Amino acid sequence: MNFQAVKSIYYFEMARFFRTLLQSFVSPVISTSLYFIVFGTAIGSRIDQIEGVSYGAFIVPGLIMLTVMTQGISNASFGIYFPKFIGTIYEQLSAPVNFLEIVLGYAGAAATKALFIGLVILGTSAFFVDLSIQHPWAMAGFLILTCVSFALFGFIIGIWAKNFEQLQLIPLLVVTPLVFLGGSFYSVSMLPPIWQKITLFNPVVYLVSGFRWSFFGTADVPVGLSLLAIAGFCALCMVVVWIIFRTGWRLRS
Amino acid sequence: MTAMVEISELRKTYQSGFEALKGVSLEIREGEILALLGPNGAGKTTLISAICGISVPSSGTIRVGGYDTITDYRAARKLIGLVPQEINLEPFQKVIDAVRFSRGLFGCKRDDVYVERILRQLSLWDKRDAKIMELSGGMKRRVLIAKALSHEPRVLFLDEPTAGVDVELRRDMWDIVAKLKADGVTIILTTHYIEEAEAIADRIGVINKGELLLVEEKTALMTRMGRKELVVELQEPVESLPEALSGYDLDLIEEGRALRYTYDTSADRTGITKLLSDISATGLVLRDIRTRQSSLEEIFVGLLQENAA
Repeated sequence: MNFQAVKSIYYFEMARFFRTLLQSFVSPVISTSLYFIVFGTAIGSRIDQIEGVSYGAFIVPGLIMLTVMTQGISNASFGIYFPKFIGTIYEQLSAPVNFLEIVLGYAGAAATKALFIGLVILGTSAFFVDLSIQHPWAMAGFLILTCVSFALFGFIIGIWAKNFEQLQLIPLLVVTPLVFLGGSFYSVSMLPPIWQKITLFNPVVYLVSGFRWSFFGTADVPVGLSLLAIAGFCALCMVVVWIIFRTGWRLRS
Repeated sequence: MTAMVEISELRKTYQSGFEALKGVSLEIREGEILALLGPNGAGKTTLISAICGISVPSSGTIRVGGYDTITDYRAARKLIGLVPQEINLEPFQKVIDAVRFSRGLFGCKRDDVYVERILRQLSLWDKRDAKIMELSGGMKRRVLIAKALSHEPRVLFLDEPTAGVDVELRRDMWDIVAKLKADGVTIILTTHYIEEAEAIADRIGVINKGELLLVEEKTALMTRMGRKELVVELQEPVESLPEALSGYDLDLIEEGRALRYTYDTSADRTGITKLLSDISATGLVLRDIRTRQSSLEEIFVGLLQENAA
């Protein structure tokens, strides 16, 4: 195992994050605050409690998930796409590293950034609503697993993308709708019965539900199923990444 | 001398069916400078990419320092440094960070003393904290070399290191290459500047359309394939060649003011002595004599034409 290489890639990617720390830190704080002002205070004050939780508090897990997923994807996809775009990828391809080391470096850094931003949102939320976390270990587990899975997913997108448009395509057309329709801002039980059934095909529902359970102890779907969903997604991404490096798809000519 | 790089029957066929390498076999000796010459699209970069692990060969084997580049890729790649043709650098990174990054990527622990030595050797030490985007094109090329040398490789591939580089920097590059050779580094450079190969290489390989046409000592190649010209300037111009000289391979040039005799340097007899006495016998008065050896460029063009025929 070439740990030096993993460390180098990881630090290199984190350096990019720290170069734009203000942006990395301030933007989630501002966007979270805006969500709370709009959904929590303006609209939320007219919404009854959901499953015994105030609407403002109810949306916190969904908000964290939304940001963590999109940040994990965008950081990892950009992280690997940019070297491809500017041509510096030759170095990783000619270095004595294997796929696992490259993925650990890139996806590890992307997951760390997503986790950092997730925690910033959690901290910001505490200023607006009363939060209690019933299952902190489960919360941490779900959060980390989601960060890692979506960083891996982003890594795949970054390798697949041939241009900047494609880089944005899946996050914009697939992930964002799935996240918004995945119960981030509402409980599945609030939907008409037919949509309750349809929404179960949305994998994000399982992630948000499990994460929300770790906060409030209530869930739309059984928590074991949530864990299975996120672990399964994570494993699927790992297999795809492994195949990519085995075959050199979109990397080695 | 032991072989540092051993390439056997290397083939690369792209999905489109294009055969970029058609069974290349080549041994590169430890400590030598091998120049790979060839026109654009000849397969030079494809060959380097296959050795360095950037592209996967369709068949054949490559060993570097005795290690197979596929089955023992870690050991093989640790020995290799690659300076790519394009200036591929992360624009926002500092020079010193870029070099440290490369060193780490190749599994070496941070070594500030070594990195400083490399940067000083390449006249980059003063620019170590500059962002790469702030550097001139020539400086960026140096950064690429510094990155390639960051993990103390034993083999260095320079893919057209002086393409689009000014004369001064080109000379600097040649100096750098000479220093590396003195340190015992095996150097393979691709170029289509023949003067470059002529100036610094020990051996020359000519590649065209995916085939290695020849690999030979530079001096031997020039002697073997070099044609020499003897130009005899005349005191008075003549309108046609005297009948007595019709047996020689002679051209009348410079409006009849000079005779050009082409001969093979490797031939047992060049025929110069007899020619000069025969010229003298015709009554022509000589003004001056000069000789010129054909350059590697002419040899190269000749080879390519032969290959095309």
